[in-house]
Amino acid sequence: MKRAASLALLAGLGLAALAVAAEVRPPQDYLSPALRAQQDDPSRHPGWLWVDEGEALWRRGDPSCQSCHGDIAGMAGVAARYPAVAQDGALLNLEGRIERCRTRHQGQPEFGYESEALLSLTTAVASRSRGLPMSVAVGGPAAAFLEQGRTLHETRQGQLNLACGQCHDDNAGRRLRGDVISNGLGTGFPAYRLEWNEVGSLHRRLRACQLGVRATQFELGAPEYTALELFLAHRARGLPVEAPGLRR
Amino acid sequence: MAENILARITLPEQARKGEVVTVRVIVRHPMERAVDAPGLRPVPRKILHTLRVTYAGAEVFRMEMSPGIAANPYVEFTTVAVESGAMVFEWQEDGGTVYRREARLEVE
Amino acid sequence: MSLHRRTLLALPLAAAAAGGAAAQSVTGESFAAAERAILAGRTPVAEGVTIAMPPLSENGNAVDLSVKVESPMTAEDHVSAIHILSELNPFPRVAHFALSPRAGRAEVTTRIRLATTQSIVVLAETSTGRVHRGTREVIVILGACVDGG
Ligand code: HEC
Ligand code: HEC
Repeated sequence: MKRAASLALLAGLGLAALAVAAEVRPPQDYLSPALRAQQDDPSRHPGWLWVDEGEALWRRGDPSCQSCHGDIAGMAGVAARYPAVAQDGALLNLEGRIERCRTRHQGQPEFGYESEALLSLTTAVASRSRGLPMSVAVGGPAAAFLEQGRTLHETRQGQLNLACGQCHDDNAGRRLRGDVISNGLGTGFPAYRLEWNEVGSLHRRLRACQLGVRATQFELGAPEYTALELFLAHRARGLPVEAPGLRR
Repeated sequence: MAENILARITLPEQARKGEVVTVRVIVRHPMERAVDAPGLRPVPRKILHTLRVTYAGAEVFRMEMSPGIAANPYVEFTTVAVESGAMVFEWQEDGGTVYRREARLEVE
Repeated sequence: MSLHRRTLLALPLAAAAAGGAAAQSVTGESFAAAERAILAGRTPVAEGVTIAMPPLSENGNAVDLSVKVESPMTAEDHVSAIHILSELNPFPRVAHFALSPRAGRAEVTTRIRLATTQSIVVLAETSTGRVHRGTREVIVILGACVDGG
């Protein structure tokens, strides 16, 4: 019944499962030439407004992020290493890391997931790794999180009973409605989506994919999504950080 | 009385006198369209409706915008480099708020 | 459409009176009426205007649009106004640009919202009283929610 539904969906969308294991390519390879050119041009890419805002926030507050970390230029390469396991064993993505500094070092309540301030700071920090290759640690304490993420990636879910890879591996490069299906990596996030008219987090994007297959969505910032994010980051190892991405 | 607004203004740092320079501007604004549909909470329209650019003593560019302009409005136009000085960008929003930003052009 | 209605950084929210905007609702002006009003009895020439737009738009929320009008841009003969009109958006008058010889060239680029597949019409008025007209069709895959519904 469920299987029939998912096959009907794939057939209806003109998709067919490919037997070949797809190679994983950077999301920018799947963008239209116009969107790709715009992603590469800060004078035309609205996502950089969030970078500007984040850099202003970096210098504000008491103590400011800058007072401990110095100029934000020093954040180069950090986003390429996240998510990462903190000393207390928790898996933190960049948003989670920044929230910790917010509560523990600035003594303030959390900004809140998907808040303007957290998105701006995350985008500003991530933009400093633009072009650098992803390399998250997956050994030691991260290994269990990686497996959790892999399981989530490989499990069929939702009314359509589809696993992530059935779209993002088997059908990468094909069209689904107006989209060209990419390998479903997180390297462009936070990203400005035309559909959102604003910058949003990877977790917001993942919620959209889960909605697409009519699965139960996790909350923004849920540990399940952060584990999935680690798996996606590992899948993208060696590929460049694209944040802030520009997406349809 | 003008307020600050998040904007990215891109223009060459330097230009020769008489040269036509390209100016690009992106500004942060949701360009909120009026919502007036059954079952939805009505939202009044709130957009930036005008962008005026003055430089070297005159208005050199004006754009009037409708809700048909994309969120975070982007515009690109040209102007002749006349003298070194400030290019002043002024946005007017529904409700009367005015936002202002400046960029400098050096002319040799 | 936006899930999160956020405030902008450093913006004077209190200063922006919501009531003031109420007067500007849908004008009810049709595309044909808007074009007639701009032409004001003049007959446009179907040349001199180049419109660059992707023939296939990925998302109607933000469609790149460039307009170039042939003009010497001198004090005597220059483009003074460029109007962008949409055939099928709720508001036919998308944007209006006022230019002077100080522009050097009659070239503008912006991003517009398109509710659906349609034609975009550009009218360019010159200081000598001529009107140039150009038109361009765009296919929109996913339309913008331009009327806020
Ligand atoms: C009082 C000092 C202090 C302040 C203020 C502070 N941080 Fe931190 N931050 C730290 C310390 C210490 C670490 C390393 C923590 C660890 O390894 O457990 C850290 C780590 C980080 C990291 C991870 C760096 C890496 O190499 O993995 C990021 C990103 C970060 N902070 C961002 C911010 C942001 C954004 C702000 C402002 C909202 C901020 N921090 C404010 C002290 C501070
Ligand atoms: C029904 C097919 C389908 C399924 C199943 C699906 N996605 Fe997607 N996903 C898409 C489409 C279509 C897009 C937008 C085009 C693109 O970027 O791939 C997308 C986008 C993404 C993106 C953003 C990529 C970018 O660079 O913008 C990520 C990340 C992603 N998906 C991850 C996942 C994960 C993780 C799962 C499993 C939980 C999943 N997707 C399941 C269809 C799907």
